[in-house]
Amino acid sequence: MTVATSATTPARPVDRRPPALGGFSAAVLGIEIRRVLRNRRTLMFTLIMPAVFFLLFGLPQRGQELPNGQPVTAWIMISLAVYAAMVATTSAGAAVATERALGWSRQLRLTPLRPAAYVATKVVTAMVLGLLGVLVEFAVGAAAGVRIPADVWLVAGLAAWLGSLVFAAFGLFVGYLAPAENVMQFMGPVLAILAMFGGLFVPLELLPHAFQQIAKFTPVYGVGQLARAPLTGAGLDWVALGNLAGWTAVFGLGAARLFRRDTTRV
Amino acid sequence: MTDISPAVELAGLTKTFGPVTAVDGLSLRVEPGEVVAFLGPNGAGKTTTVDMLLGLARPDAGTVRVFGGPPSDAVRLGRVAAVMQTGGLLKDLTVAETVRLAAHFHAQPRPVAEVLERAGIADIADRPVGKCSGGEQQRLRFALALLPDPDLMVLDEPTTGMDVEGRRDFWQAIRADARNGRTIILATHYLDEADAYADRIVLVRQGRVVADGTTAEIKNLAAGRIVRATLPGADQAALAVLPGVQAVEVRGDAVLVRTDDSDTVARHLLTRTAARDLEITSRNLEDAFLALTTGTLTADPAPIGA
Ligand SMILES: Nc1ncnc2c1ncn2[C@@H]1O[C@H](COP(=O)(O)OP(=O)(O)O)[C@@H](O)[C@H]1O
Ligand SMILES: [Mg+2]
Repeated sequence: MTVATSATTPARPVDRRPPALGGFSAAVLGIEIRRVLRNRRTLMFTLIMPAVFFLLFGLPQRGQELPNGQPVTAWIMISLAVYAAMVATTSAGAAVATERALGWSRQLRLTPLRPAAYVATKVVTAMVLGLLGVLVEFAVGAAAGVRIPADVWLVAGLAAWLGSLVFAAFGLFVGYLAPAENVMQFMGPVLAILAMFGGLFVPLELLPHAFQQIAKFTPVYGVGQLARAPLTGAGLDWVALGNLAGWTAVFGLGAARLFRRDTTRV
Repeated sequence: MTDISPAVELAGLTKTFGPVTAVDGLSLRVEPGEVVAFLGPNGAGKTTTVDMLLGLARPDAGTVRVFGGPPSDAVRLGRVAAVMQTGGLLKDLTVAETVRLAAHFHAQPRPVAEVLERAGIADIADRPVGKCSGGEQQRLRFALALLPDPDLMVLDEPTTGMDVEGRRDFWQAIRADARNGRTIILATHYLDEADAYADRIVLVRQGRVVADGTTAEIKNLAAGRIVRATLPGADQAALAVLPGVQAVEVRGDAVLVRTDDSDTVARHLLTRTAARDLEITSRNLEDAFLALTTGTLTADPAPIGA
């Protein structure tokens, strides 16, 4: 036994308090956002790929017009912005899968950080990345000559971005369902198929009738329709709105349930 | 500190996993400032106990109090921190970034630089966690645990899987941490770690405390010897009252007596009984540990260290 007691160390702290907001802070948010922006894979799939898709599949349609006279390139750009936002928010939400697989979540439970603050950080990070996805896609579109009224840019952009909240919930849901480090390798193809059913790659009108009917019940359909409505002038689509609300509820409640199970599974 | 409640108070703690009773009515009281080794072989229930102590697992029965309250409160106030066997780190962050991130989870964290220094990882602060050795990662976990300057530090097998150098560096970091008033609970199956580091050793086997005493008292177990003889139908009660006898066990035709005074036992057996094949073996701390934790000689927990 040779443990010396240092005379220089201060006495034990007495006034202890828990962190404000359960540990949710702008500083942590900043670190989290920097983390996702440092991840090449995330940037590749959320920012670069949708932009490249636009250049490959959007640009050749230059000069074509929708029935209301708006450019087809804008239609494609908005669809791909929705795609970018959904991949971004899903992957940011699904990051909890990686962190659970690595055991970081367990490490966090030994800190004063509240689980709700952790999830809030993930959701906000997802939404920041989703916004970035929309902005990059729009910037590429604008640079490539897409010209639409200012209010269409704004409303379509907001719809694409805010609608992607459903996928932040989806990502969290999957993240709490499957603690796998490489969850996005599995989720990438799933998102592509959902995007197909959501009419993000090919207009649903060009697809078989049965496909169109099924598509209305899949989770990308609602946000896709709503984001393009300002452009096509389709007005408020109640089916699309119901679809978005329904899936947000399903994934949101599902994620909340799994999250509670995860945190009380002590 | 005006705190009068014990640092840790476990009462009748029980946890089962299916047919396995991992922790079996374990009670333990640790006073503030104590440095306690929770010593037992693999599977003794140390990690399960520590999990319940930290609020990571819920006991099937019994209660846990940490500084007089539930463990979750102690964690939230930064009064308790732990270095666990499991509990991963983010590979995409550097050592310093990890500590900086975790510092934001606490209301009053120690400065990042100080914590890195005390954990002995200031020189690898900019290294990605994924490129750190097991020992370095463990010292990073230790740094994270130092952030709240906890009143209670729990270490669960902190050097498992480390090479000799890693172990040495880790213990150096732990020793360098001035422990002025800090309560420490170290779960380990390494006797030498318990011996070198703790003031008090709590021996556990099969989820129960089998011995509890100061390191010196536990070491006294080693002072005894074991007298073994073939003696069918041995009178255990008569042996147990001989001076110096600590424990008596009958195994088939053999009788085993653990005693401080082997001469008296040997003389008794050879002159008063029909014992034959008598042998006397001395025991070291390792033997005491093995005996107590594997049940090769039944020990009565109460007299040891009492
Ligand atoms: N999650 C679990 N599921 C089933 N059995 C478990 C679980 N955790 C621990 N055990 C069992 O409980 C016993 C005690 O385990 P543990 O607390 O890890 O011991 P120690 O840390 O002393 O090595 C062992 O028999 C182990 O197999
Ligand atoms: Mg263990």
